[in-house]
Amino acid sequence: MWHWIQRFSSPKHFYVISAKLIPWFAVPTALLMIVGLYQGLFVAPPDYQQGESYRIMFVHVPAAWMSLFIYVVMAVSAGIGLIWQIKLADMVAVASAPIGASFTFLALVTGSLWGKPMWGTYWVWDARLTSELILLFLYFGYMALQSAIEDQRTADKASGLLAIVGVVNIPIIHYSVVWWNTLHQGATVTKFAKPSIDIHMLIPLLLMALAFQLFYFAVILVRTRNEVLYRERNRRWVRELIEQL
Amino acid sequence: MRKRSQRKLLVVGVLIGVIIATALGLKAFNQNLLYFYSPSQVKAGEAPAHHSFRVGGMVVKGSVKRDTKDLGVRFVVTDNAATVKIKYTGILPDLFREGQGIVAMGRINPDGTFVAEQVLAKHDEKYMPPEVAAALKAGKKLKAEQRKNGTI
Repeated sequence: MWHWIQRFSSPKHFYVISAKLIPWFAVPTALLMIVGLYQGLFVAPPDYQQGESYRIMFVHVPAAWMSLFIYVVMAVSAGIGLIWQIKLADMVAVASAPIGASFTFLALVTGSLWGKPMWGTYWVWDARLTSELILLFLYFGYMALQSAIEDQRTADKASGLLAIVGVVNIPIIHYSVVWWNTLHQGATVTKFAKPSIDIHMLIPLLLMALAFQLFYFAVILVRTRNEVLYRERNRRWVRELIEQL
Repeated sequence: MRKRSQRKLLVVGVLIGVIIATALGLKAFNQNLLYFYSPSQVKAGEAPAHHSFRVGGMVVKGSVKRDTKDLGVRFVVTDNAATVKIKYTGILPDLFREGQGIVAMGRINPDGTFVAEQVLAKHDEKYMPPEVAAALKAGKKLKAEQRKNGTI
């Protein structure tokens, strides 16, 4: 088992396998995104309170879910890199950060644009919005620390520890609407209860969530391949690869 | 092998330490993390008396009275246990309506009226098409009538 993990996580092996995997994520992403957006923007009925403006949630909610999911992936890979010193895990963490930061930014901006007409303000400092903003700064901090340290192994160690420490923010974001009074509404779709959303609105939402998830898998493969090539640039197999071009 | 378990111990130790520190910190600042006070908390005197704070609750049906001359509006919010009277002058957000949640920022007058400088609408987590909302309302009404007539 240990031997198998080590073999599979060799950067070269990953580079070969991932090339075959990318289309299996990229094509469904495009299809789901088209169907999901069409369903969400044209087919789903308007909301009884918000009218048409609620449709921004088909981007906002999946983006917010992804911002949390990617952070957990990043922290877990950083932890694996730190403890078992698997180089590929560090590369996955480094490649995840900008994607996660983008989703966080997207969630904050779409929420803000929705907040102005609905709440009457672009921004409030309630627990949900503030903790999500801290998440964005955690991503930025991770990326800054990673690129501030010259030595790759030290950079991975330092930024990996930051990623792990930042994990405490994830349950805070998730439960902020339960623990404190917030302007942000509570969760609509939860694991244990029946979602308080009409089925015709729920379907496009879940389609979009799946599309975003597959998008992340496709992009993380591409970005990790880049990272592999960059870090292994002085190794023989990369040089041979370049000579073949 | 020894080194690996040392690293594992370090990572787990750091994580546990940070979790405990955060939990204690959040517990200490719990009051400040509340975005708004409920009418019951205001009644109980938990809200600050001398500087501004936020109060949140449901706008009581039939309580909204608009001034005929300017943008002034008076209404009552409730959390189904206590109520607070609110006075506000300005433009209200789209989602402001009777029976809907709102958060108002301002200070409380000696006579118990809350003078708001800002009113925000609080949306709930329910999403449904207008027809479904209408059907739900009709169903509720029917049930109430049946109960009144003793047919249920």
